Formats: sequence, structure tokens, C-alpha cells
Amino acid sequence: MNKQALTGVKVLEYAQFVAGPYCTKLLADLGAEVIKIEPPGAGDRSRNQGPFPNDIPHAEKSALFLYLNTNKLGVTLDTGIPTGKEIFHKLVENVDVLIDDNHPQQMRELGFDYATLRQINPRLVMTSIAPFGQNGPHTEYKACPLNLVHAGMLGYMTPWVSRWPDREPLQPGGMLGEYGAGLSAATATLAALYVQRMSGEGQHVDVSKQEAILALNRVNAPQFPNDGESDTRFVNLSGLLGDIVPCKDGHIVFQINETHHWKGFVQLIGNPEWARDPVYLDGAERGRRFQTEIRPRVIEWAKAYTKEDLYHKGQAANCPFAVVNSAEDIVNSEHLKSRGFFVDVDHPAAGKIKQPGAPFIMSETPWQVQSPAPLLGQHNEQVYCDRLGYDKHDLLTMRKAGII
Amino acid sequence: MLEYPLEGIRIVDFAWAWAGAQATSILALLGAEVIKIESMRRIDHSRVFSLTTGQWFDEPDSSVIFNDMNLGKMSANIDLSHPEGVDLVKKLVKISDVVVQNMRPGKIDGLGLGYDVLREIKPDIIMLSSSARGNTGPEREYIGYAPLFSAISGFAYISGYEDEDPVRLSGEIDLLSATSSAFAVLAALIHRQQTGEGQFIDLSSTEATSVFMGEVFMDYCMNGRIQTRHGNKDPFMAPHNVYRCKGEDKWVSIAVATDDEFKSLCQVIGHLEWATDERFADSFSRWHNQAELDKLIEIWTVNHTHTEVTQMLQEVGVAAAPSCNSEDIWNDPHLRDRGFWAEVDHPILGRKTVIDTVWKLSGTPLEVNRPAPLFGEHNQYVFGELLGLSDSEIEKLKKKKAIF
Repeated sequence: MNKQALTGVKVLEYAQFVAGPYCTKLLADLGAEVIKIEPPGAGDRSRNQGPFPNDIPHAEKSALFLYLNTNKLGVTLDTGIPTGKEIFHKLVENVDVLIDDNHPQQMRELGFDYATLRQINPRLVMTSIAPFGQNGPHTEYKACPLNLVHAGMLGYMTPWVSRWPDREPLQPGGMLGEYGAGLSAATATLAALYVQRMSGEGQHVDVSKQEAILALNRVNAPQFPNDGESDTRFVNLSGLLGDIVPCKDGHIVFQINETHHWKGFVQLIGNPEWARDPVYLDGAERGRRFQTEIRPRVIEWAKAYTKEDLYHKGQAANCPFAVVNSAEDIVNSEHLKSRGFFVDVDHPAAGKIKQPGAPFIMSETPWQVQSPAPLLGQHNEQVYCDRLGYDKHDLLTMRKAGII
Repeated sequence: MLEYPLEGIRIVDFAWAWAGAQATSILALLGAEVIKIESMRRIDHSRVFSLTTGQWFDEPDSSVIFNDMNLGKMSANIDLSHPEGVDLVKKLVKISDVVVQNMRPGKIDGLGLGYDVLREIKPDIIMLSSSARGNTGPEREYIGYAPLFSAISGFAYISGYEDEDPVRLSGEIDLLSATSSAFAVLAALIHRQQTGEGQFIDLSSTEATSVFMGEVFMDYCMNGRIQTRHGNKDPFMAPHNVYRCKGEDKWVSIAVATDDEFKSLCQVIGHLEWATDERFADSFSRWHNQAELDKLIEIWTVNHTHTEVTQMLQEVGVAAAPSCNSEDIWNDPHLRDRGFWAEVDHPILGRKTVIDTVWKLSGTPLEVNRPAPLFGEHNQYVFGELLGLSDSEIEKLKKKKAIF
């Protein structure tokens, strides 16, 4: 086993779906030992979400689950009954970090709140991820990913520079807000872990998904208190020069705000008469004329070329051009192949499936998948017998009683 | 116990614009001493101009965007193209822990400040390089901004209205990339703390974005399916959309997961009969007839404000939240109660409201306690106190424009 950045860090995950599991995946993929607790029977909710191979639902084959739970040990535990609670407390005793995404009230009722758990393990870093955080008037509010990206302003501002004046604000594709909240929680967790490594002291980290998403709008969010107005997704001030436009076989995006980029662009389109007008050498003026004079000409010009052609030619002309890539384009990207971005993960039930690998490349402590996502309860024996000292008969009894 | 997690950590910061600048600002908010290296020869463009809002600023210290992106840092003026400027940087690196930069790959090596050089000076240095496509591969020198990252990474393709072109995402992509960078540096710091070893981190902003949609790539790899745009829809839930409310451009998001929740929604609207209507009685029918259902719901929502709808639905356990703009966020009693806002006194801009650090750490509480630095504000501290240069030596370097 290669050394990794978080080798030796022990983590307990009591979380489901996307944000919490993504947070611990970030730690597990850097070498932390993560024990994931799932409810007996159904397991993590993402096991039912898919997508599934051939669209056939199967609790061990949901891509969302397989992606978010690499490198983790999986145990089942009914935390609602006394023995389950006791086992949970024993697990907490032996870890550095606990990640939970449960309702604050529910955690208190279970005896899993930080005040209780710190008695068991004073070194514990406990990161609680909740839709609206651990306290405040909206703590009890129910929220799905859709509600949170809209409560977090990201929805209201999308589509950014919208061309559709009467239409509704949008959630970004996929589950960006949930992943973002997971990353935010993981970052705060490492800060707290760093403190624990220095001083031996644990602490509670309160992460509100709404606030984690709002932090991504650090510039727009405080606009009202500062200026008395609120930007909208229709903002179109003079400096913005660029858009997504169609081309021969798809779409491209470009951003030609800066004058040296504009000059590269003029060469790229063959130095036509209209573009030679010196009025365009002024950035603000260029911006004012973008929608009426520049954008239509870019669309007309781009029609004749493929997206790949425009991407590489644009970049060769020192112009920020890019392809609007589909999943297919990205999986087949030569650039990503050369960097080894996608990795094949072989799973006992789902088989070999390609998935994104490292979010960044560390020279000395590489990101890696050492084991695929766990089957439901796959590591019960390893964790309960080898770590906590129960014997196999105990395990059998617990299984019969529905505890695990 | 430490007062702040990264107390005592010094970071030499060559990063500019958004993704890079915010990465080190996050680390500054965690308590690191971040020294931003900038010069009149190479001025951070967010001191001059905002790509996101299109604003231009009169002079380097009057940019509110720069303030939001660089909270908590110091600024020292060094011209990196001047040999004596390079020497100053080397002296500074010798007494620092981390270097962060986001120039085009290869550029910093050309300046004589590549990782190989810096490692000679400070063997356990951690260096993070953030770029559009990463430090290796055929597209390594390609340039980009957040809207381009959103396109190359795959997010633009899956974001937008079902019947329209893909849409760009912008600032949030930069700030997610920034968070990934901060996470990576923290992981490397933890590794260094345990082993004494530094390292080089290569972060591609497009890869760091693609990892937020792993399941979408897996769907392509397993099933050949190329996922596309679906507005605010969910693959299973309905109703699941954003609905027009009373007021101009005011919207509320509503997401219904179960039949019980649907019944509660119908009851609040005053059309309990919808719950038994064959078009809507179960989740399968609701999903297939959601366009019709959405219209019916909107007939009700338009007569109420988004906060009224939210309150009425949350009271009966239905997930709802406003699609917030800056004014909504400012008026949100929950966020205020949680201490979401902070104020900084900026010498030129005056008192500004900013988002405070969004993580609540019980043991080492964080706070935004100073604005972004004025251009060169900390020259005396950095060159005088840290590097021990006399006033006359500093004057000489200023005349030679190494300090510039």
C-alpha cells in the first residue's frame, strides 16, 4: 500500500445520499479509513437512485452509490435500538472524525449529539452537515437539493446572463449544490483535523448546505446591503463579452473581454473589415456592442466549423475558446486520457465501470481507489469482530435481531 | 489550543482572478498568513475589472470584487520579471510553508520559480498550481475562465432549459475550484505534519469540476446514455420545480417526494381532490403529468409571496424555499440569527458587508476580521520585518523597480 496524505486518519460516516458521502469519499480517496454506517435492509438512499447498468434497478449497482463510496468499509447498524446505539458509541470511541448529515434534533434524541459524543472521545472532530445548519429558525425546514440551490442563490442567478427574460431560475445540472456542500464540509473537517493533530483537541463543525452554496456567490450575495440593489441572472453590463453559441456540430463558449484576447479573435476570424473598426479596441465599448454587433457575427462565422476545430484554433490564437462537452466527449478526451483522469473500478456486483478519478494530482501522496464501494454490510465481521471484539456468534445474534 | 486552525502557516500567493485568489483567501480565513505577491507590471485583473458583473474600477484599491475575493490577505509588490524580484521571492519562500499560483502552466518555471527551484530552497514546501487543464497533457497551455470550465467539464451541457441551448455557470465554478485547492493544501499540510514531507499539487479547474458529476459519466460508460438538460426537473420526484410568486421575478422552489407530502400540498392549496385525481394520485402519474400539475400549482403561488408559500408548506412538512436574490438573503432571519454576515472596514471602499466564514467551528471559531489588502499595503512588514531589509535597501529595490 502506498502512503497517502490521510493515511492513519480514522473516519466514521453516518450519512446518506450525496453531500455527506462525497465529503467522506474525498477523505477516503486520500487514504483515510472510512467506516460507513448504513441502515440494515435498504441501505444508503443513493443505492436506489441509479443510474443502473441497463437501467435495471439493483441495490448494489447504483452508479451514484458506487461513485460516492469508493474506498470505504461498509457496515449495517440499526441505531434506533439500545444495542445499536451502544455499538455506535463504541465506533465513535476509536475514530478521529465523524461525518453526519442527520437532523440535529434526531441526533440529540439518539444520544449522538456532540455534547454526548465528546464525553466518549474528546479528540473527536464531528462535522454535521444539515440543510440549514445546527441552529436558527429554519433548522426544522425540510429541503431537497432543488430547494437548497435556490435558497443558496445559485438557482436565482442561473442561467447566468440569461437570454430568457420571462423564464424561471434554474438549478444547475446534476447535483452541484450537494457535491459543493460535501466539498465545503470536507475542507472544514481537514482544518479541524489539523488542529486535532496539533493540540489533541476535537471540536464540532457545523456546516449548513444553504450557507455552503451561498459562499459560492460571495460577490453577489452581499450586494443588497452594500449597494441597495440585487443583481439578477439577466445582468448584462458592458464588460461581458462572451456566450455559448451553436456551431456545426454542437456548441462552443468563448470569453473575449481582454483586448489582447479580442485581437487574437480578430485574427482567428480572418481579420474582416467590420472587426478592424478601432472602436472595438476599447473594452467597455466592445462590451456595449457585443449583443447587437459581435454576437450575431460570431454565430454566423461559427456555423461552418466543428466545436473541436474552434476550440483548438481559438486557443492557438490565444483566445479563450472552449467546447461545450457532453459526457461522451469528456470520457473520450485525449487530454484526459493522457492525465489518467478516468479510472476503471472493478466492483463484485456491478463489474468494471469507468468513473472520474482524482480532483487534483498530488506528487507524493497520490489519490487512488484501493477498494470499490462496499456491498451492504460487507465489512460487518471485519469491523464488529476484529475491531470491537464481538465474536461470530454475537454477529449472528445481532443479524437475527435486525441490529445489523 | 490554537486560536485559528492555520495559525503560524505562511503562504506565498501568486494567484489572481477568482479561482486562485479565493483558494488562498479561504486559507487566510482559516488563520494562515497569506502574502499576495503583485506588481504594477502584473496586476490582478479583479482589481481592475469584473468578468462576472461587467464592472470596471477606477483604480486598484477601489474594486469591491477584489475585496470579496481576497479577504484576510496581505499584499507585497514584487516584479517577478526582475532578477532581484525573483531573489526576494526566494527569500520569502525560505520562511514559508505553502506556495499557490495559477499562471499558465510552465510560466512560473520560466520565471525561475518552479517547484524544482523552490524545493531546493525549502525542502518541505507545498506548492499548488491551479490551471484550466492541468500541468500536463496536450491542452496544458489552454486558457480559460469559469464559464469555459463549466463547458469543458460537462456541466454546461447538462444545465439549462429542456428545449434550449446549454447555459454557462460562472463564479460558482471558480469558487468550487478554489475550495478544492484549499482542501488539497490542507491535506498536504496534514501529510507534512505527520511526515515532514512537502509536495507539488497539480489542480485542473475543469477536472476539479467534472468530479461533481461522476454518476453522469458512469451513465454514459454503462449505458451509452448522454444526459442532457432538464430544467428544474428531478428523475423521480414531481412536483419538483420553481413557481412564479407575487412580485417581480419572485419564485419559490417546491419538491414533493411522497404521496403524503403531495396530499399536504393539495390541502394547503385547497384542492384536496388532486390527491385522488388519477392524473396525480401516485408519483408515477405525477411525474408524467407534471407540466399540467405545475400550471395548477402556479395558479396558487402567484397570489402569494415566496416566503408565504415557503412558510405554509414547511408547516405541513413539504420542502419549499424561495429562489433567493441578494435582498432575500439579506432579509433572511435564519441567516442573520446564525451570524452569516460580517463587516469589514476598507480604507477606500468604507464599511462593507461580506459573507463571514460559513463554517461554525466550536473550538477554533473563525471570523472575517480584515478586508482585502490595498495594493502593496504590507511592503514594510514583508520586506522590513520578515526579510530584514533596511529602509535604504527597500528604497533601492523600489528605484530599481524590483519592488514595483
